[in-house]
Amino acid sequence: MPRPLEPVSQSTRITLGISFFVLFVAAWAFATLGGFVSRTFLADPITMVQDGWLLLTRFGFLSDIGVTVWRVVGGFILAAIIAVPLGILMGAYKTFEAFLEPFVSFARYLPASAFVPLLILWAGIGEMQKLLVIFIGSVFQIILMVAVAVGNTRRDLVEAAYTLGSSDRGVVRRVLIPANAPEIAEILRLVLGWAWTYVIVAELIGSSSGIGHMIIDSQALLATGQMIFGIIVIGIIGLISDFLFKAFNRKLFPWRLA
Amino acid sequence: MSSTILQIDNVSRVFPGVRGGAPVRALEPTNLQVAKNDFITILGPSGCGKSTLLRIVAGLDRPSGGRVLLNGREIKGPGADRGMVFQSYTLFPWLTIAENIAYGLREKGVPKAQRQEIVASYTEKVGLRGFENHYPKQLSGGMQQRTAIARALANDPEILLLDEPFGALDNQTRGLMQELLLGIWERERKTVLFVTHDIEEAIFLASRVVVMSARPGRIKADIPVELPHPRHYTMKTTPEFSSLKAQLTEEIRVEAMQAEGVH
Repeated sequence: MPRPLEPVSQSTRITLGISFFVLFVAAWAFATLGGFVSRTFLADPITMVQDGWLLLTRFGFLSDIGVTVWRVVGGFILAAIIAVPLGILMGAYKTFEAFLEPFVSFARYLPASAFVPLLILWAGIGEMQKLLVIFIGSVFQIILMVAVAVGNTRRDLVEAAYTLGSSDRGVVRRVLIPANAPEIAEILRLVLGWAWTYVIVAELIGSSSGIGHMIIDSQALLATGQMIFGIIVIGIIGLISDFLFKAFNRKLFPWRLA
Repeated sequence: MSSTILQIDNVSRVFPGVRGGAPVRALEPTNLQVAKNDFITILGPSGCGKSTLLRIVAGLDRPSGGRVLLNGREIKGPGADRGMVFQSYTLFPWLTIAENIAYGLREKGVPKAQRQEIVASYTEKVGLRGFENHYPKQLSGGMQQRTAIARALANDPEILLLDEPFGALDNQTRGLMQELLLGIWERERKTVLFVTHDIEEAIFLASRVVVMSARPGRIKADIPVELPHPRHYTMKTTPEFSSLKAQLTEEIRVEAMQAEGVH
């Protein structure tokens, strides 16, 4: 029996991680291929793979994936560019925080998906509308989380910087920002994951391309294999982007692991 | 007598009461004059306001009354003219040892070549050659505090303030660090204000020991240490050292008992 908090080896970790995927697919195959669930409602894994292959080779699903990725990344970068500096300002300067924090806290709870109809009214059904959904969904989260991170900077490091001759701006630039850079990167990684859920919602309504659009199209055809394939693709892309983000952070902030 | 570099004039500090409680008098009006090149240790039990006094000199805390003059100018806030070493490890974890030592020089805008020269000389002085490109996390506590001392000294401050810098170190390391710091002082004769609760440390390092009393904090005794320099660790076992230690132990014991409410 493993004991609490006892670490496991890397190979065990990988084996265990993969085995749950295997278990999951096995249970799915058993339920569908064994005839326990109607094919109309849930495709079996083999049909799903076949449908997926068809989507990719015959129906240009790759370009749908490309469009969705670009929307997520575009909206997310837009949000990050605005939110990270604002968050740093809020974390560093308490007057700024007192001014903005209540509103941002309120705005954070506005569901991005509820903005879709409104945004269609304002921005039409073009790319702008999709970017805006992701932007609204991400920007307030990033601002608040970055502000909290910066606000929690170790006081003694700030004091040390002052006694070494740093100005107020020097403290922001050379202590608050570098001290929190890894955490900010971690926040971005987390929020990027959420951005994926917003993009699909945006694509389910008023869209003519993208993974979400494909899923809603497939619904009309009762093509559950395609729908599941679309969902799995999102999962895989999420996994990949997460992995890349982590690798990038490790490279960027070696001192964290030192 | 050499000239006064730091003058503490009637400095007091009252912390406002928490949730309607009575305000806490951390520091009674205190006067202290520090001569140039002096090594003063401030000795006292915990909670006697010695760290508060040091933080006020550093400019990290404001006095409730009185003022502190450095070279005749009143201290309004922290600055590079007063180097500080903290009890906690305050190296910037994202900077290497060399970059940490160079921090103040960079803020001052010292050109790179000159910066490297100063960093190299202080890395040498605190015995950290070969560790320039390590991150603080990779170093032991003693090495981190040595870096912190080098970082403060590299700025060439008027006065060096140390707030129980060796408090978190084990006894052996602590002894070595005391010798290292004293060695640097004997060579460079920086003015030093060193806060500690360790009697031996206070005597061994100081040319003057200032004893503080607890709650409310005030200066109780000011005792010159006439032991000759250079000092060697064996000095800690000489009769002169022991008699000073006995005297200070007595002074501080009464304070500690009062602070703990024992009579």
